[in-house]
Amino acid sequence: MKTDGSAGGRTYLAALPMSLWAFLFVGISLLYVIGLSLLSRGEGFGAQLPVTLDNYMRLGDRLYLRSLWLSLRLAATTALMSLLFGYPLAYFISRARPRARTWLMILLIAPFWTNALIRIYGWKILFYANGPINSVLRSLGLIEKPLKLLYTDFSVLVGMVYAMFPFFVLPVYSSLERMDWTMAEASRDLGATPLKTFFTITVPMTLPGIMAGLVLTFIPSIGLFFISDLLGGANTMLWGNLVQNELLKSHDMPFAATLSVVLLALTGVIILLYKRVGGKADDIVF
Amino acid sequence: MKKNSFWSSLYIAVIILALYLPIMVVVVLSFNGNTGRTAAMNFTGFSFYWYKGLFDPISGFGTQMLTSLEVAFWSVMISACLGTLGAVGMLRQKMRKAASERAVMKMTGIGEQLAMLPIMIPELILGIALMALFSLLKLPFGKMTLIFAHITFCTPYILITVKSRLSTLEPTLQEAARDLGASPAKAFATVTLPLAAPAILSGSLLAFAMSMDDFVISFFVNGAQTTTLPLKVYSSVKVGVTPQVNALCTVMLGAAFLVVAVGQLISALAEKRRADTTKKVQA
Repeated sequence: MKTDGSAGGRTYLAALPMSLWAFLFVGISLLYVIGLSLLSRGEGFGAQLPVTLDNYMRLGDRLYLRSLWLSLRLAATTALMSLLFGYPLAYFISRARPRARTWLMILLIAPFWTNALIRIYGWKILFYANGPINSVLRSLGLIEKPLKLLYTDFSVLVGMVYAMFPFFVLPVYSSLERMDWTMAEASRDLGATPLKTFFTITVPMTLPGIMAGLVLTFIPSIGLFFISDLLGGANTMLWGNLVQNELLKSHDMPFAATLSVVLLALTGVIILLYKRVGGKADDIVF
Repeated sequence: MKKNSFWSSLYIAVIILALYLPIMVVVVLSFNGNTGRTAAMNFTGFSFYWYKGLFDPISGFGTQMLTSLEVAFWSVMISACLGTLGAVGMLRQKMRKAASERAVMKMTGIGEQLAMLPIMIPELILGIALMALFSLLKLPFGKMTLIFAHITFCTPYILITVKSRLSTLEPTLQEAARDLGASPAKAFATVTLPLAAPAILSGSLLAFAMSMDDFVISFFVNGAQTTTLPLKVYSSVKVGVTPQVNALCTVMLGAAFLVVAVGQLISALAEKRRADTTKKVQA
C-alpha cells in the first residue's frame, strides 16, 4: 500500500492554488513596491526609469525625520501604555475563578468584534467640547470651561491604546494561564514579599507573553493612519498619514512606495529583534 | 485559587467599562429624539428617527451595504477554498518524494509563508502593494480589485483554523478509507472534509467579519463608484459627527455581534458532538 499517513501521495498539490495566489498578490506585489521605490515619478499614478536612490535621499528631509520620530514615539508610548494598563488586567483576570475568567475574557474581546472606525468614532463624540465627558465634568463642577480633548496628542494616544489593548492582553493572559503558580507559592513560603515574588517570579515567567504583546501593539501602531486622522486633526503627520498623502494628494506612487518600504523594513527589524531575544513567531500572529 | 480582592475587581470593572464606553455612546445617541444641530451629542429623548433614513435611496446606506455584502461573500467563498485546500496540502507527509515533487513542496511551503504575511505586516503596506500591483496589471479599480484584496487577507484566517483542526485529526481515519479502496479524492470528500467542516465554517465566519470590517486595505483598492460600508463611515465621520452614522454604526454593531454569536454557537455544537462521539466510541 502506498499510503503515507495522509489521504494520498500527492495531497501536497492541494496547496498549489493558495501558493500561486500568495506568490502573485503578496510576494510579487511587495517586490513591486520595493522596485517602485527605486524609480521616479511618472505621468499620473505612474513611475518611470531610470533606477535611482533619489526617493531614499529625500527621506533625510526634516519633515520626514520628524514624522518618523513622532510615529515611533507614539507606537512606543502605545505599547508601554498597553503594558501599564493591560498587565494588571490580565493578571487579575488570571487570578479570578475559572468561570468568571471565561466571562471576563469574552467581555474583553467582544468590543473588538466590532468595526474599529465605529469605536474610534465613539471616542470622537466623547471628546467633543460639548460632548459627554465635558458635560459630566462641568455638571460635577470640576471645570468651568470645556477642556480641549479632541484633536490633541492625548486623544490620539487614547484611541491608539484603545485599539491595540487586546493585542497586548491576550498573549500576556495566555502566558499567565500557562504559568506554574506553585513557583510563586514556593517563593512566598520562602519568605519573599508579594511584590518581590511578583517581580522575581511572575514577571520573568510571563516575559514571552509580554514581549509578544509589545510587538503586537508596536508594529500595527506605526502604520495606523485613521486614528490620528479622526482624533488628531490636520496637524498630526504620522508615517501612515504621510503615505496616504503622497498617494492620494500628491499622486507620487514611487515616493509612497519608498515610505512603505521603510515601514516594511522597520517591521522586519522588530520581528528579527523579537526572534533574537527568543520570541516565537507563532506568538505574534494575530 | 485565591479570590480577587475588592481593588482588583474594581480595576477589572473600570477597564471593562472604558472598553464599552465609546460603543455605548454611539448606540445610545442613535436612538436620540433630538433632530436638531446638536443631535449627535445631546440626548433629549428616545426615537427611531435616525433609523428611518438608513435605506433612503439618496442619503441612505443601502448601496454600500450591498457592495460590502457582495465583496465579503465572494472573498469568503474563494478564500475558503484556497485556505482549506492549502491546509490539506500542508499536512506532513512521511513518504519519500522524487526531487521534482520535493521542489513543488518547497515552493508551496514558501507560498504558505507568503499567504500568512497579510496578517503579520501593517495593513497599510498590503494596501499600497495591492494598489500598485492592480494599477500595473491595469485592472479597473472596483468590486473586482476589492474582492482580490479581501481574498488575500481572508485566506490566512481560514488556513489557520482549518490547519489547527486537521492537526488534531487521526491520520488513521484517512488511511482506513484508503485501505478500504477509496481514491484520494474520495477519501478527502468523505472523511477529511466532513471532519474539517466546523473549522471551515468558523474560519469563514471570522473571514466574513474581517472582510465586512476592513477599512485600511479597501481604502487603497476601491474604485470611485464602489464604496463599502466602512469606507462610507470613514468619509462621514471624517468631516464631523453626523447622527445618521450613529444609527448605521448601531446596525453594524448588532450584525457583528450576531455573526460572532453564530460562530461561537457552531463551534460549541461541534465540540459537543465530538465529545458525544468520543463517549460512544469509548462505550
